Amino acid sequence: MKKVTVRVCSGTTCFVMGASNLQMLHEYVPEELRDWVDIQGAHCLELCRDRNYGAAPYITIDDEIVAEADLSLILERIEQRVRG
Amino acid sequence: MNYHNYATRLRIDLCIRMLHAYFDGKLIEKIDRIPLDMRPRGGEHARCCIYRDRAIIRQRCISVLGFGTGPEEDELTPLADYARRALERTLIEGPVLHVIEEGCSSCIRSRYEVTNACRGCLARPCMLNCPRRAIRIVQGHADIDPALCVNCGKCLGECPFHAIIRIPIPCEEACPVDAITKDEQGRAVIHFEKCIFCGKCMKACPFGAIMEKSQLFDVLEQIRRGCRVVAMVAPSIIGQFPGSLGQIAAGLEKLGFCAVVEVAHGADMTARHEAAEFTERMARGDACMTSSCCPAYTDLVKKHVAGLAPFVSSAATPMHAMGAWVKQQFDPQARTVFIGPCFAKRHEALFDSCVDYVMTFEELGALLVAREIDVAALDAVDVEPAGRREGRGFAVSGGVTRAVAGLLADGAGAPLVVPALVDGLSKKTIALLKTVARERQPGNFIEVMACEGGCVSGPGVVAPGAAAVRQLEKFLENSQAIRNGCADQHSHAQR
Ligand code: FES
Repeated sequence: MKKVTVRVCSGTTCFVMGASNLQMLHEYVPEELRDWVDIQGAHCLELCRDRNYGAAPYITIDDEIVAEADLSLILERIEQRVRG
Repeated sequence: MNYHNYATRLRIDLCIRMLHAYFDGKLIEKIDRIPLDMRPRGGEHARCCIYRDRAIIRQRCISVLGFGTGPEEDELTPLADYARRALERTLIEGPVLHVIEEGCSSCIRSRYEVTNACRGCLARPCMLNCPRRAIRIVQGHADIDPALCVNCGKCLGECPFHAIIRIPIPCEEACPVDAITKDEQGRAVIHFEKCIFCGKCMKACPFGAIMEKSQLFDVLEQIRRGCRVVAMVAPSIIGQFPGSLGQIAAGLEKLGFCAVVEVAHGADMTARHEAAEFTERMARGDACMTSSCCPAYTDLVKKHVAGLAPFVSSAATPMHAMGAWVKQQFDPQARTVFIGPCFAKRHEALFDSCVDYVMTFEELGALLVAREIDVAALDAVDVEPAGRREGRGFAVSGGVTRAVAGLLADGAGAPLVVPALVDGLSKKTIALLKTVARERQPGNFIEVMACEGGCVSGPGVVAPGAAAVRQLEKFLENSQAIRNGCADQHSHAQR
């Protein structure tokens, strides 16, 4: 198992495009993974600039960028990363 | 339930594309391309084919431009024509909701269906007990003839295998007043003589086939022409965007609004009025008083529960109070825009000379994205006059009661408030309201909210759910309360 840092973009674009839904992300992380995941909020990651709103919301898991992030996609990526 | 889904995302995406074209000064030139851009040849489609999808998107564009789509609509009229008319328009017309004809038609008409679990049993109680003889056995399976079925549901209870299911039509199911039904072609039709504009059908439709006629471009044109446009934000805006009230206000100013005011200040006036009126009514022996701030509820009383009318508070809605405040204290020439989560308010504003336009949080969200304004990165500006805890609390169910009871608590000889809360209009709660008028129960102060949970779960929110509510609650905790019911006479500061 490997510890990961998840940064959820809460810039306006990501928030409006669906990140508002991810505010409770920590509650959905499976119990056995919780100690391995550090979830942080983040200012606009600047990925949305120049009209790139279409793939928002963005999150990062360590250095990986996940676009069109929704709960199930994020949880899947977290699981993969933590379990290596 | 209010949730983020692809229908919402599609609506926001479409709005943003239109806004980009508008801000490039090319709405009229570009708008006819939008359905093609969103459903390019060879790409994915949600319905049968890209052409159907494009037809639906085209109708969505029409409603974002503030027009209805109906039998009168000519499919050959280019969107550019609609755009031109929208940008020239000075008058707004109702009804504010409509069905995207092309979008609706996917729900089956018959509501009962026999599933594969049917064993074609010997007893066949479904068949025998059907009062219309609508059930036959076809190839060893029960089969319901939709032409004969009257949706009584008897068969469902009879089947020992639970093989018969009821398939609800989401919009009909959600409508608390039976104002939406299917026509002969199976398409939903809204009956406006019954409709209370609560927006529940829109939230319920999985195809996003019910839309509002937007006033987005009317507002933007007012700003572009240099009018003084004032944003009046509903208290439920807290939690809808990342950032504080002052930062959201800064964002609105960047969008071109000349000032931002809190509708909560109007709600404070409403609360004071209601407290005084309640005292009077109790002294005069009235059985009860109900709140009047939710326009879907007051419309319900008008159209469906006339017996309650004498008990509805005479207090103006917070939106009206604030609109009147702006026109009297700020600038009579200013154009007022209510920004909130509510569809019923859009309907209410059609008849209110103090409120010129209504925008939803969803539309504001699209606007912020289109202009790339990151609210949380802005320096907060002051919003005056500041709403108090009482008025700001109107955004959540129970808040009106808390405000009125709180205002009365200090006064000597004030009547005792026995509160009753109708949290969300449904067929069930409407039946209860009908008995309130007759039986004068279950309390003497009745607060009614059309949306379950209050305005925070209105149909026009961008951030539904508990996180937004939690932020709003924190905001309320940190808000100053009105003291002794009249302490802020002096805070009517002009800006
Ligand atoms: S708002 Fe998320 S990347 Fe800009």
